[in-house]
Amino acid sequence: MKPAFSVIFLTTLIGAGQGLFLALFTHQSYSLFGLLPMQSDAFYGYGSVLALLFLIGGLIASVFHLGRPERAWRSATQWRTSWLSREVIALPAFMGTTFMYAGVHLAGMRPEVITLPSGLVIDISVLIGTVGTLLAFVLFVCTGMIYACLRFLREWHSPLTVINYILMGGASGFTLAAFYAALAAPTQAGFFGGWAIIITVLALAGRIASLVRNARLRPTSTLQTAIGVKHPYITQRTQGSMGGSFNTREFFHGKTDAFLKQIKPTFLFLAFLLPLALLSFSQNSAGLLGLTFVVQLAGLMVERWFFFAQANHPQNLYYQTIG
Amino acid sequence: MTQLALVIDLNVCVGCHACVTSCKEWNTSGSAGPLCDERPYGADPTGTFFNRVQTFEIGHFPNSETLHFPKSCLHCEDPPCVPVCPTGASYKRKEDGIVLVDYDKCIGCKYCTWACPYGAREFDEKEKVMKKCTLCVDRIYDMSLAEVDRKPSCVKACPTSARLFGDIHDPESVVSKAIREDGGYALMPEWGTHPSNHYLPRRKTHLKIHKDELERADNPLKVDGHLPKPGLGESSMDDVSAW
Repeated sequence: MKPAFSVIFLTTLIGAGQGLFLALFTHQSYSLFGLLPMQSDAFYGYGSVLALLFLIGGLIASVFHLGRPERAWRSATQWRTSWLSREVIALPAFMGTTFMYAGVHLAGMRPEVITLPSGLVIDISVLIGTVGTLLAFVLFVCTGMIYACLRFLREWHSPLTVINYILMGGASGFTLAAFYAALAAPTQAGFFGGWAIIITVLALAGRIASLVRNARLRPTSTLQTAIGVKHPYITQRTQGSMGGSFNTREFFHGKTDAFLKQIKPTFLFLAFLLPLALLSFSQNSAGLLGLTFVVQLAGLMVERWFFFAQANHPQNLYYQTIG
Repeated sequence: MTQLALVIDLNVCVGCHACVTSCKEWNTSGSAGPLCDERPYGADPTGTFFNRVQTFEIGHFPNSETLHFPKSCLHCEDPPCVPVCPTGASYKRKEDGIVLVDYDKCIGCKYCTWACPYGAREFDEKEKVMKKCTLCVDRIYDMSLAEVDRKPSCVKACPTSARLFGDIHDPESVVSKAIREDGGYALMPEWGTHPSNHYLPRRKTHLKIHKDELERADNPLKVDGHLPKPGLGESSMDDVSAW
């Protein structure tokens, strides 16, 4: 497939935004049970604003993917059948929840909802945060399923696709949270950095698992099934046009196999290995954590490029020879 | 229930591209707007087509065979491109099974093309919407045309009648008979999309003549051995030789 930069930015940016929100609410949940010192409303509030900025960035990028963005509202109508439609609903819903989570913290309006028998006070921000956490995962699943549900694209048609979207978004979000905490609440950067290391390791394992799986795939469709002729030697002499067509532009990445081979170690290094090393030695320094996040996000963008480029669409069987 | 479809006879197709040009002409002139081309007379022309004729070489020379392969939307009975559409612009008509795109609803996200294993849809780079074969839906029901003309443009254009059009759910239709009697098959059956369009394979007529069929086995003269028996290639004459 041809990697579309709009989709690369969309998926990586909202992944980081979702991850950051999950990191912040994880911290609030820990604090609620007294496992961590509760931070100020401003910490959670401005953190959520930062998450919202990433989500908005992703949303803006997605608009460039559409031929007719002025009709984008229609894309929320087919949620019964289309994962893309479900994502179109889940993204604004999650953005709205993030906005409300930021709002109640920054306004300092956190009315008590219920007091548990243990004396634990559940205020409105906890309720919104819980809904937001659910929606963050719903959004991850929708994003992943957009790719995983296409059974012809066998490189994507696997539960690993969804799992990796969750883990990679989570990893970059927790790294971003560590950087944010180093600036806003330095004592807490270690908590986020620790989780960032754990999630990055899991994401690396998930991504390697999908690389191994994809390396072992054998194509289901062949030229024989594509044109229905039983013969071991079939060559295309012409694809029916001398110029290119949509089919030759949309489904080929246009790079050499050697380039593709180089991209794989590049993203494994930038998205996982280098961030792991930097996180381990950052000593909660804001500068180093900032660098870590930039490197990891860039690495994930390279990873996303590879994710698209590696998927081999069966329609390519019909478009092999210009003549 | 009706399922309109094309049956394409690969045994007859000569690869003349008449169906391609006729399709383009009809569908770029209709009320749905043009099928846009870019740089049509430039060095790097490209454009939107509903129908392409591709050519494959089967086997190695000299034991090779040329196959011309017209390719358009197959109007699958279980079209994978339809459920993925986020706007409902892609739909399959209940009344005749034609898969269509509503150009006024399409947002141009191209997700449907990812979901089609055949590459049957082409994005119109100027109109910014997805386009595909309509089976000439604006033609086949047009009562102002003579009944013989109420067929897809490609079918009307084919000089060798390689393209048949009809309802594959009607067992007595010309397309159903062709599929049934001449070995019609579907493309990429492994994906379970149940394409409605079918292809008839290349087929050769072999006449098997046994040696004894060249002789009159019951010629009494031959049986009795009364007359001389000339070699197979030699001339023979009644009453003079055995056959």
